[in-house]
Amino acid sequence: MNKRGLAAKTQNEMKLSFPSLSVNEGIARSAVAAFCAQLNPTIDELADIKCAVSEAVTNCIVHAYRDCIGVITLDLRVCEGGWLKIEIKDKGCGIPDVAAAREPLYTTDPGGERSGMGFVVMESFTDRMRVKSKVGAGTTVTLFKRLDGRG
Amino acid sequence: MIKQTSSFTHTTGAEGMEVTLHGDIDHHSAVQLRADLDRLLYAERPARLWLNLSAVDFMDSSGLGLILGRFNLIQELGGEMILRAPGERVAKILHLAGLERLIAIEPAKNKPDGSR
Repeated sequence: MNKRGLAAKTQNEMKLSFPSLSVNEGIARSAVAAFCAQLNPTIDELADIKCAVSEAVTNCIVHAYRDCIGVITLDLRVCEGGWLKIEIKDKGCGIPDVAAAREPLYTTDPGGERSGMGFVVMESFTDRMRVKSKVGAGTTVTLFKRLDGRG
Repeated sequence: MIKQTSSFTHTTGAEGMEVTLHGDIDHHSAVQLRADLDRLLYAERPARLWLNLSAVDFMDSSGLGLILGRFNLIQELGGEMILRAPGERVAKILHLAGLERLIAIEPAKNKPDGSR
């Protein structure tokens, strides 16, 4: 198995889709936490995952669908080796420069009190983050976290 | 009406004002918190504001934005702001952003039973 969990076989999965309403930020992270419970995470791991998911969903609401309401899809998977894979997908405006967006303090919304730390939190609180984006087509963020510490 | 997931309480003493945030602070709840907090801060203009984070159950980077925004406002109003008693999770994200380089943080006092 790939040590980053990229090619690991799926053992369980769940899909969620919801409109980009801010009230769904809390619902999304609670749903992901419930799905993760089968991997027996520590309280700290669970808190990391909830925070990373909250950042990704908030980005969809604040940036991808800035001027409209669109659909956000979460694809959750438990993969072989205790890997959790979370895909957060939108069909919003896309990110012109993904490398710049991943830098600390980067924000396209300086007036809105955004800290520009969203991607930094996602990257710090997971084992790996992949961002694919196309302007005008949308963004897919995939978060990987290994939760196999306790058999 | 969709319920709010966060709120705050405040007390005012001779040394300044203490605002305690409660619940989950994310982008959704920060909008209302910001509006309510700013109304209070503009009205009271405390010389010193302690922002007590001990009752925060969840916070993501929207909370950082909320804290930085209030820090800027208090400075504009001629006061100072101190963060008080962040829990382990909140401290982790404050540290990730390097907020301690900008804003003073008073750690939680340990209670006799060891809980926070």
